[in-house]
Amino acid sequence: MSKFLKAAAALAVVSTPVMADTFGIGRAALPEEIAAWDKDVRPDGTGLPVGSGDVLTGEEVFADQCAVCHGDFAEGVGNWPKLAGGADTLADDDPLKTVGSYWPYLSTTWDYVNRSMPFGNAQSLSPDEVYAIVAYILYSNDLVDDEFVLSNETFSEVTLPNHDGFILDDRLETEHSKWVGEPCMENCKDEVEVTMRAMVLDVTPEEDEPEPEDALEEVEAPIAEVATLDPELVAAGEKVFKKCKACHQVGEGAKNKTGPILNGIVGQAAGGVEGFKYSKALQAKADEGLVWTEDTLAAFLAKPKAFMKGTKMSFSGLRKEKDLAAITAYLASVDD
Amino acid sequence: MTDNTTGKSRRAFLKGAAMTGVGLAAGQANAASPDPLITEVQPWASGLGDGVDAAPYGMPIEYEDDVVRRNVEWLTADTISSINFTPIHALDGTITPQGCAFERHHSGAIELKKEDYRLMINGMVDQPLVFTYADLERFPRENHVYFCECAANTGMEWAGAQLNGAQFTHGMIHNMEYTGVPLRTLLEEAGYDTAGKWVYVEGADASSNGRSIPMEKALDDVLVAFKANGEALRKEHGYPVRLVVPGWEGNMWVKWIRRIEVANAPVESREETSKYTDVLANGVARKWTWEMDAKSVVTSPSPQAPISHGKGPLVISGLAWSGRGAIKRVDVSVDGGKTWQTARLAKPGEKMALTRFYLDTEWNGEEMLLQSRAMDETGYVQPTKAQLREVRGLNSIYHNNCIQTWLVRANGEAENVEVS
Repeated sequence: MSKFLKAAAALAVVSTPVMADTFGIGRAALPEEIAAWDKDVRPDGTGLPVGSGDVLTGEEVFADQCAVCHGDFAEGVGNWPKLAGGADTLADDDPLKTVGSYWPYLSTTWDYVNRSMPFGNAQSLSPDEVYAIVAYILYSNDLVDDEFVLSNETFSEVTLPNHDGFILDDRLETEHSKWVGEPCMENCKDEVEVTMRAMVLDVTPEEDEPEPEDALEEVEAPIAEVATLDPELVAAGEKVFKKCKACHQVGEGAKNKTGPILNGIVGQAAGGVEGFKYSKALQAKADEGLVWTEDTLAAFLAKPKAFMKGTKMSFSGLRKEKDLAAITAYLASVDD
Repeated sequence: MTDNTTGKSRRAFLKGAAMTGVGLAAGQANAASPDPLITEVQPWASGLGDGVDAAPYGMPIEYEDDVVRRNVEWLTADTISSINFTPIHALDGTITPQGCAFERHHSGAIELKKEDYRLMINGMVDQPLVFTYADLERFPRENHVYFCECAANTGMEWAGAQLNGAQFTHGMIHNMEYTGVPLRTLLEEAGYDTAGKWVYVEGADASSNGRSIPMEKALDDVLVAFKANGEALRKEHGYPVRLVVPGWEGNMWVKWIRRIEVANAPVESREETSKYTDVLANGVARKWTWEMDAKSVVTSPSPQAPISHGKGPLVISGLAWSGRGAIKRVDVSVDGGKTWQTARLAKPGEKMALTRFYLDTEWNGEEMLLQSRAMDETGYVQPTKAQLREVRGLNSIYHNNCIQTWLVRANGEAENVEVS
């Protein structure tokens, strides 16, 4: 933000800082602290760090870090956001709003990927990786060719297609000015007919059914096994598991999501969760007889892509030994 | 305790009798036989209840365990970047208990200790500052009741009646009494530059949710809040500190707020460009649609709160609110908008806070098309869905403040419908 601060300093000459009575509470923020937190990037590129990334590198990084949710071609997986496509659909019945079709500023994409992605492992990408990913997203939207290199220098060359697609809130003029005054109280319309009913669609969640008693008994059974695990390690593992929750569910009522259910995974043969479509790589390992023990799981989770080339699990891995011990203990505690 | 003049509450407990008393002219029913709940000594009237150490922090009694937040699984890809809904159909009054107030997260509800909390003010200020949680408690503080409504509340209803319950159609809202420090106080402490027309506010969670707020609003009524309904904020609502932006869309009420930057232009962050912008029929989108328009809904009877007592006295109740000031009046229609009656406000409307309304009426036992229509102090009248669609089309997702219709059948059950 150095450019921005300079601009601010210049402006300060012609304007007055508001110095009301202060309380003298708080302390001065250090430059290192401001640099660590003030990372937002503005439409004119203010705030961008020096760096660059090309489309082909971006394709690789995207496949590793983003594709599990957003698809190899940024087309989106399931309900996760589509980042590409949708050109000229904004006036359609079902507009597809992507970086290419809707987002007005490239700075927003860079800023969001840099500060908020990947989901579950935010703020882990280097500036060059972010440049590369954003270059690939532009390429996926047919906005640049495959030789394009995005950098802090080339950033201002790109204008997104929907840059001018926005107007400021005009509700006061277009709505409020019309919908004021004393409303009709009697004989407001001749006929009233029901034109649509929610029950026809039937998309409302059911209220929970009370649990049958025998279900409760089942839950109690595995507790004895769990007791042999170190409860502190299991608790630590539960925290580590937050990194996994975007894709994996455990516990009662768990369902297969982007990744399979992990109930009872420790001791289970690989590839055994019913109804989950595994990668070819995992299926091959399963056919070779891979069983998920605490050791094999720890090896996999330390570096998934090294342990199993071609896995579709887009997770870079747990670096710390204690996190690996904790996560395997936690997974051992979540029985079927 | 012996209130024989109305007898209403007593009558309510005579369950079976009330239902069969439908045909009686004068209202009061006759019991066929003495009620054993009265004539026999009940266990609770004889034995002992829990001691004072049973629940150091109490939860609602088990009989109320259906009054909970619910989510709609198909709405979002997962439950971490998702939303749930306040059970407004089962609540009364206006204050939402924190434990059932809707949640909206972009990266899940994080756990951030007060000791680990830091708030930075930087950008166009005389002195960039860092505050701890303890620092915030040393500034003069204020108490205000405000509603917080997600801009997408009722967003699933644009194309047609879809979700069957007030919780799902209107439950992305809560209303709490906040305790906090005016943002103005903190900006003055840092010596904000008058050339800075915007503040950018940012959360500490992994989503880095951030929004640009015009300085005028920031100096007006925005609070940096650390208590709600008298106690610490809940984790899911931004513990230990969140922003309160009265009357404006919930996404701007940044949770776990960690940074406030004074700037001369908006950031144009993801949540103020690709999201929380409203696509009109011609494909052009409105941006900076911050204020929540006046809106109301009948919470009872409603699909999750059917009429269980047959014809006779009926309390129709609901909520009304406006992001542009106080609610002045609410009208209710039982015939789908042909005729309207003005409801009773439980208290005069307060600015940017929920207002409870009641229509104490006599139900003839016939089908009703129930609607409510709010009016705020600017003179604005809550529009019909047809009026909104005429201006905005079907794809704006956000800011749907249309009049809601419940079809209440003769058996007391209700359904979400659209009417001509």
